[in-house]
Amino acid sequence: MGWFKRLKTGIQTATKFKKEAPDGLWYKCKDCNETTTRKELKENVFKCPHCNYHVRIGSHDYFDIIFDGNYTEMFSDIISKDVLNFQDVKKYTDRLSAALSKTDLTDAISVASGKVNKKPLVIAAMDFTFIGGSMGTVVGERISRAIDYCLDERVPLMIISKSGGARMMESAFSLMQMAKTAAKLSLMAKAGVPYLSFMTDPTTGGVTASYAMLGDINFSEPKALIGFAGPRVIKETIKQELPEGFQTSEFLLDHGFLDFIVDRADLKERIAELLLLLDKTYEGEEELEEEKEVVEKR
Amino acid sequence: MVFLEFEKPLESLYEQLEKIKAVGEEGDIDVSDKVKELENKIKTKTKEIYGNLTGWQKVQLSRHPERPYTLHYIEHMCSKFVELHGDRYYADDKAIVGGIGRLDGMSVMLIGHQKGVNTKMRQYRNFGMANPEGYRKALRLMKLAEKFNMPIVCLIDTPGAFPGLEAEERGQAEAIARNLIEMAQLKVPVVCYVIGEGASGGAIGIGLGDKVFMLENTWYSVISPESCSSILWRSWDHKEEAAEALKLTADHMLHFGLIDEIIKEPLGGAHTDPEKMSKQLKSHIKKEITALLEMEPDERVMKRIDKYANMGQYDIIEED
Ligand SMILES: [Zn+2]
Repeated sequence: MGWFKRLKTGIQTATKFKKEAPDGLWYKCKDCNETTTRKELKENVFKCPHCNYHVRIGSHDYFDIIFDGNYTEMFSDIISKDVLNFQDVKKYTDRLSAALSKTDLTDAISVASGKVNKKPLVIAAMDFTFIGGSMGTVVGERISRAIDYCLDERVPLMIISKSGGARMMESAFSLMQMAKTAAKLSLMAKAGVPYLSFMTDPTTGGVTASYAMLGDINFSEPKALIGFAGPRVIKETIKQELPEGFQTSEFLLDHGFLDFIVDRADLKERIAELLLLLDKTYEGEEELEEEKEVVEKR
Repeated sequence: MVFLEFEKPLESLYEQLEKIKAVGEEGDIDVSDKVKELENKIKTKTKEIYGNLTGWQKVQLSRHPERPYTLHYIEHMCSKFVELHGDRYYADDKAIVGGIGRLDGMSVMLIGHQKGVNTKMRQYRNFGMANPEGYRKALRLMKLAEKFNMPIVCLIDTPGAFPGLEAEERGQAEAIARNLIEMAQLKVPVVCYVIGEGASGGAIGIGLGDKVFMLENTWYSVISPESCSSILWRSWDHKEEAAEALKLTADHMLHFGLIDEIIKEPLGGAHTDPEKMSKQLKSHIKKEITALLEMEPDERVMKRIDKYANMGQYDIIEED
């Protein structure tokens, strides 16, 4: 826990999580190069007002967009332990400390429970700014506990993936999180509690090859990179250029791996709609209309 | 014989032995003492080299060109075996093989990565790198096994799932993910053995079971030492360091509680005595399956899921 204690004071003085969304007054779009004020960008749910490019945002930005106001964060007290004593050009513990001080996040996924148009939902959302959104033990454990909570409360789960894949610095422990999350999701499937998988830019590697692809409903933001192997590795393997649009959301939709693509502006409404439709106790507008008619006739 | 770099001291001893034996065959001089002396030297040297292998040396051994592969084990373990092909959706993947085999009075479903035994076959087997249809064939066979109440044996030996354009088009990630969630719920016993390379998602895609074992000179990791070196060190030259850092040997995996047991190999590696290795593997499989069959299916599934749920160590921040 050494890496964490060193920085603990810093956390306590921080009032709010640093968001992944760009700071400063101006934002220059990575896609079309047009400039927007930060205020304008935020009002447009962090999409470029000129070309609709979906700027990468963090877990807490998604919580703000999706939940009806308040939400309760869960399991953020679970933090990484450097079991392997891993060191490459840097020590893993130094990478963890750096990620913590840069983001105020304690790992690459945050879990929160809240309501979406009054329907309860648990969201586990990944942060790319924390060691490339990599999945190690903490990501696996927080998902596993989120699943336990969802099973106990019979609340649907949504995972927002944004990851470069499994975390190398935890080696086989990271690899086993694929098995762990999938095994736990099999319990959700058995219990009939809905699991929505929302993929954002980028979703690759072991994350795609485990929970991201296992949603009852798989959907994504437009133009996100989604795949198993990274484009660079594929290019080196097949020794040819990759086709335009390869491994984008649109490509995956076309090949049958996504249910739909949703614009960030419509995200909350779409989720709310799904939560209603998947709820067996839901009485839709038709029924309500009929009831009204009956009442009126009386 | 093929000698790996760290086995070079043995190569010259073997050469000397051959020469002396040749002299002996000419008949004029009695060389039996000399032969015995050299054989003892070889034994001592072999013990010395193999008693202290580094992570990277084990990686090399796991890739030894003479190492037995899945079909070798199946052939030597089963009195009968019928290979089954195809995923029923797209194709038959040659990098994953499977079928029903007879293990001393018990029918089991055997599934494993398959590497080629020579240059032509290596290409044919795509170097043991499966496409989505390989994982989907594996799942089809597992479901078949479940239907007929047959235990499942998975033999893992892959440098990774194939990172190709078409593999992505056909959903490599989905195929692996699907296997994981389905394997978690299989009603029949599932035992997995890493018999060579256990690289990442490509390995675990047929590697979720009630029990997971590793042969002594194999490795299991989230990434190969070479790729790890290229990403974290930004150069291919640090594979030895990466192999150490990743703690990918069977010893480490057992210590971390990520596997259940290590299967000893003959001195010098599985390839020095493939028949002995096959016998050992066979008796181990039989023992493990018999033990697993003692449990009720539901209990077995719950235990399997709990086992994976408990994988990983972490700290909890104390609130103050
Ligand atoms: Zn733009």
